[in-house]
Amino acid sequence: MKRHLIMAGAALLVAASFAPAPAAAQDSIYVPLMTYRTGPYAGSGIPIADGMRDYLTMLNERDGGIGGVKLTVEECETGYDTKKGVECYEQIKGKNPVMNNPYSTGVTLQLIPRAAVDKIPILSMAYGLSAAAVGDTFPWVFNPPVTYWDGASVFVEHVAQKEGGLDKLKGKKIGLVYLDVPYGKEPIPLLEALSKRYGFELKLYPVAAQEMQNQGSQWLNIRRDRPDWIYLQGWGAMNPTAVKEATKIGFKMDHMVGVWWAGSDDDARGGGMEAKGYKSLNFHGYGPNFPVLQDIKKYVVDTGKSQFPKEKFGENLYNRGVYNAMLIAEAIRAAQKVTGKKVVNGEDTRKGLEALNITEARLKEMGMEGFAAPLNLACSDHSGHNKVYILEWNGTKWQKSTDWTSPMKDVVRPLLEAAAKDYVEKNAGWPKRSEACAKAS
Amino acid sequence: MLYREAGQYKTGYTADMAVFPIAQDRAGIAIILAAVVLLPIVANDFMLQAVMIPFLVFALAAIGLNLLTGYTGLLSLGTGGFMGVGAYACYKLTTFFPEVNIVIWILVSGLFAAGVGVIFGLPSLRIKGFYLMVATLASQFFLQWCFNRVQWLYNYNASGAIEVPERYLFGWALTGARATPTVRYYVVLTIVVALTWIASNLVHGRIGRSWMAVRDMDIAAELMGIRLLPTKLLAFAVSSFYCGVAGALMVFLWYATGAEYNVFDINQSFYILSMIIIGGLGSVLGAFFGAALIYILPIALGFAVPALLAPFGLHIGADTLEHVRLIIIGALIIFFLIVEPHGLARLWQIGKHKLRMWPFPY
Amino acid sequence: MDVLYKVLVDPFLQMGGAPDLFVQTLWEGFVVGTLYALIALGFVLIFKASGVFNFAQGIMVVFAALTLVGLYEKGVPAYAALLLAIGAMFLIALGTERLVLRPLVNQPDIILFMATFGLTYVLIGLGELIFGGSPKVMIADQLLLPKGDITFQAFGGIVQLQKIDIAAAVIASLMIAALAVFFQKTRIGRALRAVADSHKAALSVGISLNQIWVIVWFTAGVVALVTGIMWGARSEVSFALQIIALKALPVLILGGFTSIPGAIVGGLIIGLGEKLGEFYWGGLVGGGIESWLAYMIALIFLLFRPQGLFGERIIERI
Repeated sequence: MKRHLIMAGAALLVAASFAPAPAAAQDSIYVPLMTYRTGPYAGSGIPIADGMRDYLTMLNERDGGIGGVKLTVEECETGYDTKKGVECYEQIKGKNPVMNNPYSTGVTLQLIPRAAVDKIPILSMAYGLSAAAVGDTFPWVFNPPVTYWDGASVFVEHVAQKEGGLDKLKGKKIGLVYLDVPYGKEPIPLLEALSKRYGFELKLYPVAAQEMQNQGSQWLNIRRDRPDWIYLQGWGAMNPTAVKEATKIGFKMDHMVGVWWAGSDDDARGGGMEAKGYKSLNFHGYGPNFPVLQDIKKYVVDTGKSQFPKEKFGENLYNRGVYNAMLIAEAIRAAQKVTGKKVVNGEDTRKGLEALNITEARLKEMGMEGFAAPLNLACSDHSGHNKVYILEWNGTKWQKSTDWTSPMKDVVRPLLEAAAKDYVEKNAGWPKRSEACAKAS
Repeated sequence: MLYREAGQYKTGYTADMAVFPIAQDRAGIAIILAAVVLLPIVANDFMLQAVMIPFLVFALAAIGLNLLTGYTGLLSLGTGGFMGVGAYACYKLTTFFPEVNIVIWILVSGLFAAGVGVIFGLPSLRIKGFYLMVATLASQFFLQWCFNRVQWLYNYNASGAIEVPERYLFGWALTGARATPTVRYYVVLTIVVALTWIASNLVHGRIGRSWMAVRDMDIAAELMGIRLLPTKLLAFAVSSFYCGVAGALMVFLWYATGAEYNVFDINQSFYILSMIIIGGLGSVLGAFFGAALIYILPIALGFAVPALLAPFGLHIGADTLEHVRLIIIGALIIFFLIVEPHGLARLWQIGKHKLRMWPFPY
Repeated sequence: MDVLYKVLVDPFLQMGGAPDLFVQTLWEGFVVGTLYALIALGFVLIFKASGVFNFAQGIMVVFAALTLVGLYEKGVPAYAALLLAIGAMFLIALGTERLVLRPLVNQPDIILFMATFGLTYVLIGLGELIFGGSPKVMIADQLLLPKGDITFQAFGGIVQLQKIDIAAAVIASLMIAALAVFFQKTRIGRALRAVADSHKAALSVGISLNQIWVIVWFTAGVVALVTGIMWGARSEVSFALQIIALKALPVLILGGFTSIPGAIVGGLIIGLGEKLGEFYWGGLVGGGIESWLAYMIALIFLLFRPQGLFGERIIERI
């Protein structure tokens, strides 16, 4: 009998748990964050999640939200798993979200077609589908400030600069060490195009996802092929392993450059002093010495509202979360300006994102001078193809090693447009852009 | 009180051998069917898209694996790979022949999975048990590698993933972003119910009995005239067919817009295997129980745990919730195994039996 | 013809052409092989004594290493943390025996396998709850593990041996030797072997099964800790590490589920096979074949020798 009671209780519990959750209050803006603090990629996911959360909390604490409207920030745990991402999306969808931050290439791909139907724009900051930068084809998807293809082109520019000019690239060998999933394969088309153009040889070293921490063979291959430069497009536990392996075979560390997702402090730290010289692309400031981070410290960290370990405050991925949250906030602000409404919804934010124009003056106002480059999105350009710079590991910390560099937009843009066209062709019935182009007033 | 079979007389062997010999069972099935058919009237999108559709898809995959593991006694960890074969086959077919209805291709893609399943089932002739399980891992990893590496499989898409095109059924969008969960739910439900019915007949018939004979003692089965080679391979084929259809359903009617290859990774195989073990090996019904426990329970816990803590003023972070969820699920798996090692299906049977005896159990 | 040349001739020409790289590949395969063997050893110990196919071995590796590093980060001295991590493995062994094995005694293998599945979930949740999901750097220096490498000119090039890899190989060998002595010479070891042979007979001569199980799970836990330290030093300690444990499965097929020498030889074959395969043949199909090559080697092997290298014929096969 007891067991039956337990069973009945369990059944009741299950039934009760499906009762609809209370809808977000009308006088606040609902900002969902899909994050992953668990699973094999948690190491990269935690600082980003905390950075985003802390910045938005800071806005609530310091300014009382955006334009006088409080933000309701809610995290949904995806564990970097597409299955859970889909579940999260369904939870978020009904609560009138202003936008979606999927934080996983797989989930992003899944949601791209849905964005237009459900009227929820996707902000995939420097990840996801590169072709989404073409706003005429993907009005609901945004990937500022740069795409993977921009990033790879900056890497090639950096190589050219160190080698003494683009013409010196001829005959050089460039290796791409990448996580063997769609995310990792992203830069291949661009690097192939550039290798044809500049005559360098491209060597590919795929690392299977389940072999992330077992890269012996790839680095043996690298020892054999002796590439002059290496570009690392890895994620999670793959990066520190790659850095360590590189130091092991005595690869010249200053000839190894990681994409921005391979630029976590933890990625380089494992290599320690031997990893000195390892580089990573970056598009925001490093360290806690920016007014905006001091504000976060004052309003969020010191008041105990942050979950992030204090000693890691200001690390690279944390700041990336802050940058991402800044984009969210600025998009909401722009949406309020464009539409004149206080409480904006997904459709308004889409307009806001297209009208996003973060000037030098605005950056200064936000306490982000030198933290980020000015960003200007347009209806056709959803990426901005913004400037990035390169960080260098000095053994214990990252240091800025180059100035802000512009990507090769002339190479990247036509490729992106071709890719977008290809996407439309393959997805017959892809809707033509019907959304009017709103300009900032 | 209501669950009594007194007064129900059987006048022939057919009636006695029926899958549901008791009238109340038949009524119960009818009620359940009516309930799931009427569900979209009351349920919201979340209920359909995030709970019911995946539940049905997983249940179908679990039935497939159960035919192989539960009925034929061949352990397999290639489920994810076979599901993937179904999904990729369906993608290739529907992009080659867009004019043919997608539902047909979803079913046909199961045949491709069956073919692949037979090839990777060959080692089962020499080995079984955990050895076979590890051998099927070879198929899992190899297929997974193919999905990622053979660009032809995903039509050379720049995204490296399946991008589901929009397809229609009787004028309604069935796949793609515009397809409503209700339409997809009904199609999934129809396919799953039909295939469940077929599976149930299969296992109650000659083929199912020969499978069980092989499972219980292969040498004896051989002596009785059951040829091991075709029987085992048939089990692999049928099982992979079910998994393949489930995989195609998963990408086209659940995710509905696109999927990367890694949704068919090794974790998917473990996931389905755990469903059938918890649900009950060698039970079609168990596949549904297992899918409910492994898939729906974590979602329910995601709502229930914060709701239970809220009255005490406790707030729980998304990550802590996930950890607690994992611990509870793990503990429940162990708990259910201890309570009833033969799975929830067995528990259900015991419950029914008790009910028939109530209030005078002997 | 061209294909045949690339498959059958070219790789061997490469091996001859650059013997230093060939030796390096062999070394890499050897080191990885010993580590695979260590993980497989954990499986074998438990399977031998309790017939449980322990799916949780992978997470035990992570959990052990995480406890060690996590405690160190919380201010516990390195060696005390090591002892405490060993203690934690003992607690897990004790808990598993009490809460999982004892109630499930005499159940079919598959049920016990599934129970270790539940155990895996619990350990993942517990580990993340206590130590957080962030990856951690292995405290190799504090544990006095050697750093750097030995480089020497040989075979017409440079051969580089990492000291940590040498240490891994030495420690693994010592561990295996110690286990062998333990099994052959001690009272408990003999009891363990008796249990492996027949539970009932062992019980009837007064061996406590429960005690043996705790000991065996504890030993497997210590093996997991060593594996975790070694693998953590090669990359980092994170939850992704548990996937590596799957690599022990083809090793088990090769070596047999119940044979300790089998685990070692199998580990070496898989380690060498996959490194050579990936290095010399992987490029032909775009690389990254390591993920399934080991299983294919095992599968082909199975067709010829289903009981594994040293497996006992007793195990039921067709």
